[in-house]
Amino acid sequence: MTMTRTSVFGTILLYSTLGLLAVLFLMPAYMAVVTALKLPADISLPSAWELPPVFNWSSFADAAAMLRPNFVNSVILTITATIGSTVLGSLNGYVFSKWKFKGSEVVFTLFLFGMFIPYQVILIPLFQTLRAMNLYGGLPGLILAHIVYGLPITSLIFRNFYSQIPTALIESGRLDGAGFFSIYLRIVFPLSIPGFVVTSLWQFTQIWNEFLWGICLTRHADNPITVGLAQLAGGQAVSWNLPMAGSIMAAVPVLCIYIFLGRYFIRGLLAGSVKE
Amino acid sequence: MREASRDRAKAFLTLLPSIILVAVFVYGFIGNTIWTSMTDWGGSGALATEPVKNFIGLDNYVDLFTGFLGGGFRQDLVNAVYYSIMLLAGAVGLGMFIAILLDRKPKGEDVLRTIFLYPMSLSFIVSGTIWRWLLAPQGGVNVLPAYAGFKPLDFAWLSSTGAILEFNWQNLFQVLLYAAAFVMIMVGLWGVRRDPRRAVLRWIGPGAAAGLLVWLFGDLLPQALFMEETHGFNLATLGIIMATIWQYSGYTMALYLAGFNGISQDLRDAAMLDGASEAGYYRHVAIPMLKPITISAVIILSHISLKMFDLIFAMTGPDNAQTGHPALTMYLTTFRANDFARGAAIAIVLFMIAALFIVPYLVSQYRQRRRG
Repeated sequence: MTMTRTSVFGTILLYSTLGLLAVLFLMPAYMAVVTALKLPADISLPSAWELPPVFNWSSFADAAAMLRPNFVNSVILTITATIGSTVLGSLNGYVFSKWKFKGSEVVFTLFLFGMFIPYQVILIPLFQTLRAMNLYGGLPGLILAHIVYGLPITSLIFRNFYSQIPTALIESGRLDGAGFFSIYLRIVFPLSIPGFVVTSLWQFTQIWNEFLWGICLTRHADNPITVGLAQLAGGQAVSWNLPMAGSIMAAVPVLCIYIFLGRYFIRGLLAGSVKE
Repeated sequence: MREASRDRAKAFLTLLPSIILVAVFVYGFIGNTIWTSMTDWGGSGALATEPVKNFIGLDNYVDLFTGFLGGGFRQDLVNAVYYSIMLLAGAVGLGMFIAILLDRKPKGEDVLRTIFLYPMSLSFIVSGTIWRWLLAPQGGVNVLPAYAGFKPLDFAWLSSTGAILEFNWQNLFQVLLYAAAFVMIMVGLWGVRRDPRRAVLRWIGPGAAAGLLVWLFGDLLPQALFMEETHGFNLATLGIIMATIWQYSGYTMALYLAGFNGISQDLRDAAMLDGASEAGYYRHVAIPMLKPITISAVIILSHISLKMFDLIFAMTGPDNAQTGHPALTMYLTTFRANDFARGAAIAIVLFMIAALFIVPYLVSQYRQRRRG
């Protein structure tokens, strides 16, 4: 009897704690939506949590009008850099896992180090190099930076992914007379669709959300969405419904990925930290 | 045979472009920044397209740590240290707690997991913008208690000038030694149940001795600065820490959940049969088994807190001295004040602190791979 009572009590405690935490975690999202839907005149600090008296859908249209160029820049930047770094990462991972050479583990470790540096440390030479290459200020320079500094994580994810492919499969391919590239194209690549999904989702969210290089390496017309949003929100005169609508706009692409393809997103997240 | 060696050459050539890119963009650039930090970037002619850089050794660093104008940077550094510690404690603690709750497989686990993890997918600029509004002085979080019938708070989350745990930068060496002594004693107390002899001899004893020595003879240590300068934990950073914990505890939760799921049910049953309680199982079996996960989480989170730029930029703007961080100062010094040499020195300080964590981690990973 006491057993059941404690477990009933425990269950109530479990669900109420989880419920409370869930509410706390959702509060910022609620606040963003509620504020975005208010008319500027209805926004006041004391009533910030209350529902809007009238829905003001035009916040989104206004924010979209201001952020559209940034949004387009981010789409171009993110898709190009994601494809570039994922394809290179796949080839690197293939070499690191199936074509180990003397010192390849050391090279791999040296690659990984690039993932953990604070990017401030390479910012000045990166800025100078892009300027010398006439790539400073535009999207191509930013794309190059994202591809290069994406190499460590994409190589890591693919290396771990390919190490699960049995070496016997590669060996049999070699016995059939297949070479380095035909083994990749005929055996490894068809098996790596999940690897491509995980890696490209991870890169997509990282590049979409990036800010430091965006603000330091692009001129106004080529600013990505994060920089556009920071400028929109940093202006003092703007009423709060616009930054909130802008935040939602900037969040929607990555949130969609996360909600609909969350399983793969989590795998990317785990691959970035836990080794198999 | 010749086929095989040609294939091996192809493999190497495939990797070569990436090797060159990483060598130049990571290692070459780090070297270049180290060099820049040891120059004056042309001094008064710094804005010329090709400034004549003069080598001045470690002067930029000496200036940052002991110079008259370095006070802002020193406070930023103190902020970053407190910030890292609070973020680690908060995100690891809360993430672990949620993971333990979800490990009991409540109904709706999938939905709950999604709710706890969604902040992680957002850009810091998005979350910073929202949190800036949430922490506005007369609204947001401050008025929440009013809905439960209490008085609203009036804490100035992002602009408070209050500070706690203050110390004089002149006594930096004493403070660092006290901190080391404290950490040693804590490590000893943590392990005292498992191996009391070792804990006392290796950790508590030396820690207490070091603390006592500093207390007795601390005055003999050199002063780190020629003038009195107090630094502390700025209360204005609390809001930023809160937002970061909100954003990243879902991440540690996902790590621990994956870890808990990897522990076999047999082991769990065995622990229960041995009379372990629910809490005992986590305290003595599950959490110790997941030590590699805890280490990964600590590495990743300290990396995040060291390069924290976007969130502070979005929450308080880049110029707020109270919530300053070396990552922001580096940006302002370099791209606003055009003082590239000093900016490079700040970047190298950040890099050195990060390397302190990461190099041992990568070396141990490398050893594991070679063994495994």
